[in-house]
Amino acid sequence: MTLALAFDLLLVAALLWSAARALTIPDVFHAVVLFIVFGLLMALAWARLDAPDIALAEAAIGAGLTGALLLDAVGHLRAKRREPGT
Amino acid sequence: MKRTLNALIALLCAGLALALGWAMLALPEFTVRLPVDVAANLDASGVAHPVTAVLLNFRGYDTLLEVAVLLLALLGVLALSRVADGHAHRPASAHPVLQTLARLLAPLMVLVAGYQLWVGAHAPGGAFQAGAVLAAAGVLLRLAGLLPGWAAPGRLLRGGLALGLLVFLAVAVAALLQGGLLQYPLDCVSGLILLVEAGLTLSIGLTLAGLYLASAEWRK
Repeated sequence: MTLALAFDLLLVAALLWSAARALTIPDVFHAVVLFIVFGLLMALAWARLDAPDIALAEAAIGAGLTGALLLDAVGHLRAKRREPGT
Repeated sequence: MKRTLNALIALLCAGLALALGWAMLALPEFTVRLPVDVAANLDASGVAHPVTAVLLNFRGYDTLLEVAVLLLALLGVLALSRVADGHAHRPASAHPVLQTLARLLAPLMVLVAGYQLWVGAHAPGGAFQAGAVLAAAGVLLRLAGLLPGWAAPGRLLRGGLALGLLVFLAVAVAALLQGGLLQYPLDCVSGLILLVEAGLTLSIGLTLAGLYLASAEWRK
């Protein structure tokens, strides 16, 4: 019981920390990585809340595919910054 | 000046958060016990997992429109990617270790998707999760340079994208002729749901992968 409670509290703290860091960090790439971390932690939270369906969808779509799309967008932005005008 | 503005925005955000929290706590007690209703009617739904029963039987209309929205989103991406055409859509030369790993993982991911589709009838799983795994396989193959980008999807690909929605619509129309909208006939409800889910898995997988494949040109 206490172990589960400690895990849940740790999970909540990590969720809040990763969300705040993802919003406040200046570098976009770091923000995207923190967003993916947030998504995976969120999937864990859904699993802890006995919602495995949502946990699966969150891990696959929220963290995985959205993360891939955001990383791709960061790559586009960097390529554009490196060679301006082309 | 800027600091006062920031403080004001922070105050407003805190106020909004408090108001939302208060509204959540002040919600009236639920008068309809939906989980009880779902459990009572689970036998008539054709599947044994309550989430799948709600998604594809009791609230099938929502899922139908969701799939249509997903397809519309991909159409938007495809329309935009046409503007940026002219770039080379060649497969990149990725690291051989990544390529070997992708070759090993892709069939396994297809297997996992099939398992999730099948297991969705009585355990957590289903079309959206299976489709997401399929899409992840597509993205992985694309990153390994084994799959070309979608500059202009061909007829087969377009058919696959629309298949899920078309199957769902066909089943809905057939059910409409029999009785009500998306009220499946009781004797073949399991088969119909599995058919719809199979079509949805393929289309959702292609759509989610397409969101990445159609917008991502390879840069070297």
